[in-house]
Amino acid sequence: MSVTVTSFDEVGDQPRDSSAWKGFAWSIARDLRLAFRSRAELGVLILFYVIVVTLFPLAVGADIALLRALGPGVLWVAALLASLLSLPRIFAADFADGSLEQLALSTQPLPALISGKIAAHWISTGLPLVLVSPLLGAQFGLTAGEGWLLALGLLIGTPTLSLLGAIGAALTLGLRAGGGLLALLILPLYVPILIFGAGSIEAARAGLGASAQLSLLAAVLLATVVGAPIAATAAVRIALD
Amino acid sequence: MSSIAWFKLASPASFFPLARRLVPWFGAAAAVLATIGLWVGLLVAPTDAQQGDAYRIIFIHVPAAWMSMFIYLVMAFWCAVSLTFNTRLAAMLAQALAPTGAMFTFLALVTGAMWGRPAWGTYWAWDARMTSELILLFLYFGYMALRNAIDDPRRADRASAVLALVGVVNVPIIYFSVKWWNTLHQGASVSLTSAPTMAAPMLAGMLVMAFAAWFYAIAIVLLRVQAIIVEREKNANWIGDLVPRTR
Amino acid sequence: MLRAERLAAQRGGVTLFASVEFALGPGEALIVTGANGSGKTTLLRIVAGLTQPHAGRLSWRSAPVAAFDHALRSATLYIGHAAALKDDFTAEENLLSLATLHGAAPARESVREALAQWSLGHHDGVTARVLSQGQRRRIALARMNFARRRLWVLDEPATALDASGVETLEKRVNAHLAGQGIAVIATHQPLAITSGAMRSLEL
Repeated sequence: MSVTVTSFDEVGDQPRDSSAWKGFAWSIARDLRLAFRSRAELGVLILFYVIVVTLFPLAVGADIALLRALGPGVLWVAALLASLLSLPRIFAADFADGSLEQLALSTQPLPALISGKIAAHWISTGLPLVLVSPLLGAQFGLTAGEGWLLALGLLIGTPTLSLLGAIGAALTLGLRAGGGLLALLILPLYVPILIFGAGSIEAARAGLGASAQLSLLAAVLLATVVGAPIAATAAVRIALD
Repeated sequence: MSSIAWFKLASPASFFPLARRLVPWFGAAAAVLATIGLWVGLLVAPTDAQQGDAYRIIFIHVPAAWMSMFIYLVMAFWCAVSLTFNTRLAAMLAQALAPTGAMFTFLALVTGAMWGRPAWGTYWAWDARMTSELILLFLYFGYMALRNAIDDPRRADRASAVLALVGVVNVPIIYFSVKWWNTLHQGASVSLTSAPTMAAPMLAGMLVMAFAAWFYAIAIVLLRVQAIIVEREKNANWIGDLVPRTR
Repeated sequence: MLRAERLAAQRGGVTLFASVEFALGPGEALIVTGANGSGKTTLLRIVAGLTQPHAGRLSWRSAPVAAFDHALRSATLYIGHAAALKDDFTAEENLLSLATLHGAAPARESVREALAQWSLGHHDGVTARVLSQGQRRRIALARMNFARRRLWVLDEPATALDASGVETLEKRVNAHLAGQGIAVIATHQPLAITSGAMRSLEL
């Protein structure tokens, strides 16, 4: 076996921007493939959403007027909880098997790698929620238009949930306290998304149009897309220390 | 002050005696100001035409609310310093600030409820400011819970610092969204800040109480940070010198 | 090129080691030995740039480096205790994935060739979950075939390896040193380092 090492990669061999895109592409592709291989787990998450949503009519009665009034709120809160439940998936496995260390030590910028992971997480957990929600909305007497609005709001809002949640997931890596602590840390940050999201349907019902709330959701998403990967990077490095 | 002096102060060992000396002064100042403030608030300020004497709780409620927000900002500031300069003392100060901030937040919520009952007929009216205060309390609890859950003190310092900074950036967004939510659902809602038109003695009383709260906070935080320093630096040499004095 | 001055580390308030010093140039290897819990892993993590030392300084190419320093990262291949393998990927997919992360872009053929060199040739199609510890370690080490990094930091690389695995490992490390690479290796069992200068450090 002939082994010859000719030269070593040194810093500066690769331009910074291309390595950011490469990193993003690498991690989103890898995480999506891994998610597909554990798709049963993801199915469970959607079932959780459905079950939680179903609990409310059981609790408050089947009065359709009441359910119509509660519907948007229930559907959004359940989406938040389902999102919360899925957060450990972002980093826990990689942390346990040592992959996260390799990501942190790679030359690709860690924010890009983490963004890829968050994007894959959203596609595998948030997007299904978006697709399922109008069907559940029908159970609560939401009109077709309101169902679309619900899906649209969740489409803009759930990526923000994944982004913010990633920060919390990174901060709580490897801690015993786990799930409850993550909820305490993240749910206050979720409040604006909940308010704008559920509020968009209320506004539409009141005849005011939902564009204001949806714009705010979009603005929050843009700000979070920029800020969250940086905060999550800091948190990951702290957890690996 | 030259920069060298600041850096010397940044070690727990040199800060400790300074903290010890300052506590009685701030404590005394707080006590004096609180007495004056309560005298103004309870006796000097006139009875309100609409709310009678029940409104007087704002002399505790409003300063407490101000302090709850102010302390969060100061805490976030020290967290930023601790991350930037990688210093332990800044992190210890943030650690010492959190319980006091949470206490003021809780006080603001309780006094707000006590005011709400006679004024608006209900303990909790889900108005924008009180709801935001409640979320602020959760942010404080989150910070303390995260610190508590991490065994290694340095990792706890840095993780909770990141959390505090994420929190402080989100606080305006949360407040804005809660205000929005409140106007949407309650229309022209009554706000607990639409207090009786501020007569001069009332404003004076609140300001005095605010300063009293501020000095109290400084005193108690300096006291707490001493305990934190001793606990975290217990393996350091200079701690041994303290022992004879504490007997 | 790699210099450590007065490195100290703590874990849970207990000092693991203090005043560790060494300097390594191209073609030199540092073998770190010590009892369990003596801080070998911590020292290697400091050298790889994962952890900040409690005291002291690490320098790479005469410039002091903090944790996660970019220059240090781009020059380092770190293979720690954890194999960094995804249970749901096959050996080939795992190696391809990690090699790509390290900046190489190997063709499937070279990946299969590398796996064959490490005696993993006939394990196509099985996910890493069912492989033995020794086989997982070989996949982790097979990264050596692709990462063109000057500094190799290996934490107990021979764990769970059989004789042929250890032989392949030694061949690779020696070739790396012969090519002016640097290696810091923590190990319980003796490794035959024949090329380059070997220093040892006992914690």
